Amino acid sequence: MATKSLKARHNGLAEKNEQLKILNGGIFEEGELPYFKDKIALTGHYPLRPKKLEVFQINLGYMCNQVCEHCHVDAGPDRKEIMTRETMQYCLDVIRNTGAHTLDLTGGAPEMNPDFRWFVEEAAKAGIQDFIVRSNLTIIRANKKYHDLPEFFKRHNVHVVSSMPHYTRGKTDKQRGDGVFDKSIKALQELNAVGYGLPDSELKLDLVYNPSGAFLPGDQVAMEKDFKKALKEDFDIQFHNLFAITNLPISRFLDYLIASDNYEDYMYALVEAYNPSAVENVMCTNTISVSWDGWLYDCDFNQMLELKVDSKIKHIKDYNEDILNDRDIIISQHCYGCTAGAGSSCQGTVA
Amino acid sequence: MAKSYYDPADLRKFGKITEWSEELGTKFFDYYGKVFEEGALSAREKSLIALAVAHVVKCPYCIDAYTKDGLQKGITKEEMMEAVHAGAAIESGATLVHGVQMMNKYDKLSM
Repeated sequence: MATKSLKARHNGLAEKNEQLKILNGGIFEEGELPYFKDKIALTGHYPLRPKKLEVFQINLGYMCNQVCEHCHVDAGPDRKEIMTRETMQYCLDVIRNTGAHTLDLTGGAPEMNPDFRWFVEEAAKAGIQDFIVRSNLTIIRANKKYHDLPEFFKRHNVHVVSSMPHYTRGKTDKQRGDGVFDKSIKALQELNAVGYGLPDSELKLDLVYNPSGAFLPGDQVAMEKDFKKALKEDFDIQFHNLFAITNLPISRFLDYLIASDNYEDYMYALVEAYNPSAVENVMCTNTISVSWDGWLYDCDFNQMLELKVDSKIKHIKDYNEDILNDRDIIISQHCYGCTAGAGSSCQGTVA
Repeated sequence: MAKSYYDPADLRKFGKITEWSEELGTKFFDYYGKVFEEGALSAREKSLIALAVAHVVKCPYCIDAYTKDGLQKGITKEEMMEAVHAGAAIESGATLVHGVQMMNKYDKLSM
């Protein structure tokens, strides 16, 4: 299990150009598999264009207390990229005026940003309909200063979305690190204790499932049933929805695919599972992603590949929703991850 | 032409059997797809049955396919191995139950 990010290990795949070279070359360049652009052109979806903005997603920084094998952010304790209060201020100006109904904070572990609580307090005042914080759960148990996070989330009516790759210890720890399962279970119990995730509770607690390996997620509804049954029976834990998210072939997951000789099979599986109706609702068509340093992207994955939006508005300080919405979305072969099977987004399936 | 009988990459080409007999190929894949849908048995239960049978008929393509399918469905390795044992037990039982025939014949022929 890695304890450092690709960046800290000076791994070539920490560089976006190296990743894009792989995604644009090999089996795609040789014509064995079609480029994403050509595939979506068959159903008249090229160029991919935004619809109404619904989700404003902010990445508060790449620092994390975990070093998960599949992390597309290449997050970890050694990543120092953290959003400053000045950039948060720009974000708040946008949040107060945006047409988006959902505000989605992610990371890294967003809670590790020293201005996290201030930012949540300010953002909550804007009265956005759905205010999501993506929490890795273990952060709640990582240090005393985070123990009251469930209460803090409750106070600001935050919708908690947490990663949980499996309801068994073995699979969870293999992907996310030793001890992660037990800490996650404890954190979920604490969230339940303050009212999160209970059947009629307005305090929303959803879980995110990522496959722990080179395979696609199964049926989201069936997985949710299995998770609910196992977590209730074994640990008396309840939650609302399970989002099944496909691992996209970038960053650490791409490194894993190549090292385990699974890259080609995985790309074949993604392309074979291509679903044109998932393209209709792919998340880049209703989302704007903001990086820790204020740049704007079509999604969190494009952010990690440093593919900034194709618009004259590229930074949060110049934000203009109308101009920004009139753009072509930047795509590459990693996008097949969002259109496979029932589709995949930060909110789970889309088709 | 490959020098070995089994190539893992051939599994991806399974659908091509339809090219040489469209009607039968299409009927087969329609039937196959229908069988594995959620029904009186869950898709999860059917995946485990398929994995057990894959071992009994010793089909390397099916073993690859249903190990992956099991992972996708969140099936644990303990469940998968128990399914393989269920298949193996029936297979060895099928051999051993013929021992009764051997015993019958032995008794009949012996004084």
